[in-house]
Amino acid sequence: MTDINAYEAAPEGEFRDYVALLKPRVMSLVVFTAFVGLFVAPVDVHPFIAFCSVLFIALGGGASGALNMWYDRDIDAIMNRTQSRPIPSGRVEHSAALGLGLVLSIISVMMLGLVANWFAAGFLAFTIFFYAVVYTVWLKRWTPQNIVIGGAAGAFPPMIGWACATGGISIESLLMFALVFFWTPPHFWALALFMKEDYHNAGVPMLTVTHGRRVARRHIFAYTLVLAPFALWLGLTSVGGPLYMAVAVVLNAAFIRGGWQVLRRNEDAAIADGYLVERRVFKLSLYYLFLHFLALLVQSWMGGW
Amino acid sequence: MALRTEHEIHGRRRSRNVGLGVVLLGFVALVFGLTVVKVQEGGLVEGYDHQPRVSLTPIEPQAPAVARTPVQEVTE
Repeated sequence: MTDINAYEAAPEGEFRDYVALLKPRVMSLVVFTAFVGLFVAPVDVHPFIAFCSVLFIALGGGASGALNMWYDRDIDAIMNRTQSRPIPSGRVEHSAALGLGLVLSIISVMMLGLVANWFAAGFLAFTIFFYAVVYTVWLKRWTPQNIVIGGAAGAFPPMIGWACATGGISIESLLMFALVFFWTPPHFWALALFMKEDYHNAGVPMLTVTHGRRVARRHIFAYTLVLAPFALWLGLTSVGGPLYMAVAVVLNAAFIRGGWQVLRRNEDAAIADGYLVERRVFKLSLYYLFLHFLALLVQSWMGGW
Repeated sequence: MALRTEHEIHGRRRSRNVGLGVVLLGFVALVFGLTVVKVQEGGLVEGYDHQPRVSLTPIEPQAPAVARTPVQEVTE
């Protein structure tokens, strides 16, 4: 007698499922800030070398995204926002994500070393380690300050871009780091204010959950105040100029005002209008970062002070 | 009669195979382009090639003529 068995087949994803593992939307931020960091640096880089450098920085960022999705598959399955990701939706096996993340990490670091220089490559390796291990494995589930320190991983790309051109670190690249670093907490806490249930259900210690929304509102405002001097200071360095300064002054005034409005509201008012102000500040924060780096790019093209 | 029915899983496999193929070809093109650029940027690159070459010997300051003794020249 013959038995017919149906085996639980391993999931087979399409190509785009593997691309989705690399977090293309986060990658676009990495590409843009790394490119600006490389472009505004005082050393001329051959366009093809610059293209390849940004490509491999982005690939390294994508690799850390895949490692993050591999480790976070349990909480991704709980949160609404992340349920449709390739692993929780069953399209890609988690071991495949781990393999892809590790292989792409090695390829991107080696190639960046060969394309640009080994300082930039080491920096990229450190960034991948920081995001995949320090943020994802250690901090994210342990402390409500997770995104403050984890934000550093997102702030390294412009420094790596700068390092690709110059082979080192300088005050300009440190200030570009500070710009993204201090921008991250208000950006994510504004998101956490109106995506309230998600993180709580997954057991991720978000500030809004552990210390309450009142504290989160205070933190948002405080970080917009801390952020502004760094954004303006960057305008006084060699990469700054009148255009950047004008953009920075307007955007920081708007961001501080937004932070103040978030601080002044209470939950009842926010629920009444469906978190209108919080959503607006979150949207503003996206423009804030994009326009700052765009201004740096245009300023560099125009010539600075 | 050959089996012609294509399962949906074959479409997904083809998507992966074609995608990976394009990525690999792109990588080859990238490395080739990089090689061209790096060689062009490098200028005239010369390395040690088992024989001393004049173009590679470090330029030393001209020694005073009295330093060279006839005895040395003979031993050379």
